Amino acid sequence: MRAFISSLALILSALPGLAFEIEEHVQFPAANQTDELRVISTADADLFTPFITAFQALNPGVAVDYYVVSSSEIMVALQDEGERFDLAISSAMDLQIKLANDGLALPYRSGATGSLPEWARWRDRVFAFTQEPATMVLSRADFADIDLPRTRQELITALRDHPDRFRGRIGTYDVRESGLGYLFATQDGRTSETYWRLAQVMGGLQTQLYRGSSDMIEDVASGRIAVAYNVLGSYAQVREDLHDRIHIIAPEDFTTVMMRTVLIPANAETPEAAGRFIDHLIETAWTEGGGRFAFPGITPARLSENASLRPIQLGPGLLVYLDRLKRRQFIEEWEAAMVQPG
Amino acid sequence: MWPFRAPGSIRLRLTLQLLTGAAVMALVLFLIVYSFARQIGAESQDRILSASATSILDATTVQSGNISVDIPYSAFTMLDNSVDDRVFYRITQDGDGLTGYDDLPSARQDQGTGPAFDTVTYRGEELRIATLTRRVSVGGTPTRIDVTVGQTRDAQADVLARILRMTVLLGFGFFAASALLAILAGRSTAASLSRLAESVSRRGPQDLRPVVAEVPSEMRPLVTSLNSLIARLSAALTRTEDFIAEAAHRVRTPLATVRAHGENTLRRVSKEENRVSLREMIRAIDESSRAAGQLLDHAMVSLRADQLELSPVALRPLVADLVDRLRPVAELKDMDLRFEVSEEQEVMGDTILIQNAVRNLLDNAIKYAPPETPIDVSLTREGAGATLTIRDQGIGFPATGADALTGRFARGENATGVIGSGLGLTIADEVARAHGGTLTIANIEGGPGACVRLSLPLR
Ligand SMILES: Nc1ncnc2c1ncn2[C@@H]1O[C@H](COP(=O)(O)OP(=O)(O)OP(=O)(O)O)[C@@H](O)[C@H]1O
Ligand SMILES: [Mg+2]
Repeated sequence: MRAFISSLALILSALPGLAFEIEEHVQFPAANQTDELRVISTADADLFTPFITAFQALNPGVAVDYYVVSSSEIMVALQDEGERFDLAISSAMDLQIKLANDGLALPYRSGATGSLPEWARWRDRVFAFTQEPATMVLSRADFADIDLPRTRQELITALRDHPDRFRGRIGTYDVRESGLGYLFATQDGRTSETYWRLAQVMGGLQTQLYRGSSDMIEDVASGRIAVAYNVLGSYAQVREDLHDRIHIIAPEDFTTVMMRTVLIPANAETPEAAGRFIDHLIETAWTEGGGRFAFPGITPARLSENASLRPIQLGPGLLVYLDRLKRRQFIEEWEAAMVQPG
Repeated sequence: MWPFRAPGSIRLRLTLQLLTGAAVMALVLFLIVYSFARQIGAESQDRILSASATSILDATTVQSGNISVDIPYSAFTMLDNSVDDRVFYRITQDGDGLTGYDDLPSARQDQGTGPAFDTVTYRGEELRIATLTRRVSVGGTPTRIDVTVGQTRDAQADVLARILRMTVLLGFGFFAASALLAILAGRSTAASLSRLAESVSRRGPQDLRPVVAEVPSEMRPLVTSLNSLIARLSAALTRTEDFIAEAAHRVRTPLATVRAHGENTLRRVSKEENRVSLREMIRAIDESSRAAGQLLDHAMVSLRADQLELSPVALRPLVADLVDRLRPVAELKDMDLRFEVSEEQEVMGDTILIQNAVRNLLDNAIKYAPPETPIDVSLTREGAGATLTIRDQGIGFPATGADALTGRFARGENATGVIGSGLGLTIADEVARAHGGTLTIANIEGGPGACVRLSLPLR
């Protein structure tokens, strides 16, 4: 099976006609192909492959074409270019809500979607299938002699106390580039003023800006940076090979929890197979707790147990930070704090 | 005008009227609740839209000569609802789009500043929109800010559908309950009527007591007039019976006296032409007396037959008694009146009526058969009936129209010179019919003589 999968790192020019930026394109062919699912997703192919192979085991005739892009490129592909995709999977909940709100998603109802609680679906179009906390990833080496910060306030204190150790060695999302980074930052800013103080401190220490969680995790592990803030905990958890070099910490003051969501774009050609894929995702995430796979599935009990978990609510509120003026203001404010002249 | 005038049943009519009333009430109830719910739903959505627009407008400020809008998170979360309605917004400065959905229409048609609402079709869906306006001054120039917030109406439709289901159920429940009551009301009204009818029809023919059944007040006049009718009927019946008895007495007695005088006179008169006149007079008296007797008998028979009272009647002693009583008359003509004694036959009937019938039949045989001929009377059982057969050896019934002889005052041509009124067979026939039996008149096959059979059903 693996042999058939061709992993291609492609750039725009390699696929003529696609006016959006593709990071990775993986094909999962089927022996007797009946349907082809074109999936556009923000999830790394490595992490997502088990979901797809499990799906194909149950639905042998379905070939899957998996495109990895950034969350903003999903908007470009579906909204601006009107590309044909059968599924859009994204960590940027706000953009998914916007797609559904603007009429660019098809409704889908099934036994599986019906079993979802209210807060895990929106308009029968957007369905959540993971819960992934935004965490701090710290290098064990650099925190060997410092008390491990458990909250943002403690992180601020640690950074202030050891400016030389951390200068230029802090990483976080570039919210101008990453939809998920923007989502995390806006939710942080909305939840607590501490975020802005942390941003000030981080900006003062020439924080490195990243476009993805994976790079940040690897850089912490390699020692290039010591602190990565707002990293997807799920990505860090699966990198067991790095666990001896990193701490993964869910801030105890509050932990923003993102739900990865899936929807069927309006111009899908095989919405029926897409629906089956959604059922598969939901069943995997909800019944098995996602255990077999890289993504932590949804365990509602965990939310009630841990009061510091702040799941981001699926709903029209997410449209607020997508507002042109609001976004401009937020980014101006963020830049003022985070991008200070060294 | 009223569609249910036609049915002949009070119960049906009452039930239909009540059902129609219930249906109309249910419909009215439904319409009122539904339109009320619809209005409340629309109003509450308008209020939320207007609150959302207000919160956005409140976050609109002028910063260093520029309009700045910092949409609060709650502006849209307050629009969140159970069916996840779509949300659209647009903020304009003097009509030019500042942010939001640039093609979203505005609800404002006038120059005012109060909230304006409209329902529009946007991106293929029905949208309720609210527009609020504020005038601000940007660097000394007055500027107008319009905030429009729109939301699809799925939640409202959903709530409305639920209310619709509920009101339909409510309406049906209301109707069903009223229908049940209507049917019960119809039934109980009809029941008191039929109770009365039953109590009247259950009575025996002689029972002319007033009706005392408990009835609703509306039916009391009916019972009162029924009772007065019964009283008048009963009085009339009593009068008729009294009258017949009285009349028979009053007619017969003076006629008998006149006849006796006539006979006496005849014995003393020797002049032949006077004797002839006297004999004709006596004969006329006999005719009159017979006619009066038969007429009164017939009246009495009709009366009793109308309200027949049945009791067991043993036919054998009854016939034997009559035969014995008429034997002297038969012997005047040297006729032998023979009653072939057979087994007992008991029927249900009115003794007086049966006696009357049998007497008339025996009387006919004696009258119309020639002297010195025998008359045979027999009582037999035939199937479910007892049959009295009277045979004579006279000339028999006239060949033509034997059946017509049971008609009133019908006499045959052989009756010339014989005293009679033509009511004998009429009486016998009426008695037979009243008892559910038959009277057959025929001639004896192959021989001279009449054969009359009176059949009555056995007890
Ligand atoms: N046994 C009979 N033999 C011959 N004719 C008869 C006999 N019985 C009755 N009829 C004929 O039938 C006619 C009708 O008889 P019915 O008894 O009704 O009247 P009626 O005898 O003439 O008068 P009433 O009996 O009233 O005094 C008689 O006039 C007679 O012509
Ligand atoms: Mg007679």
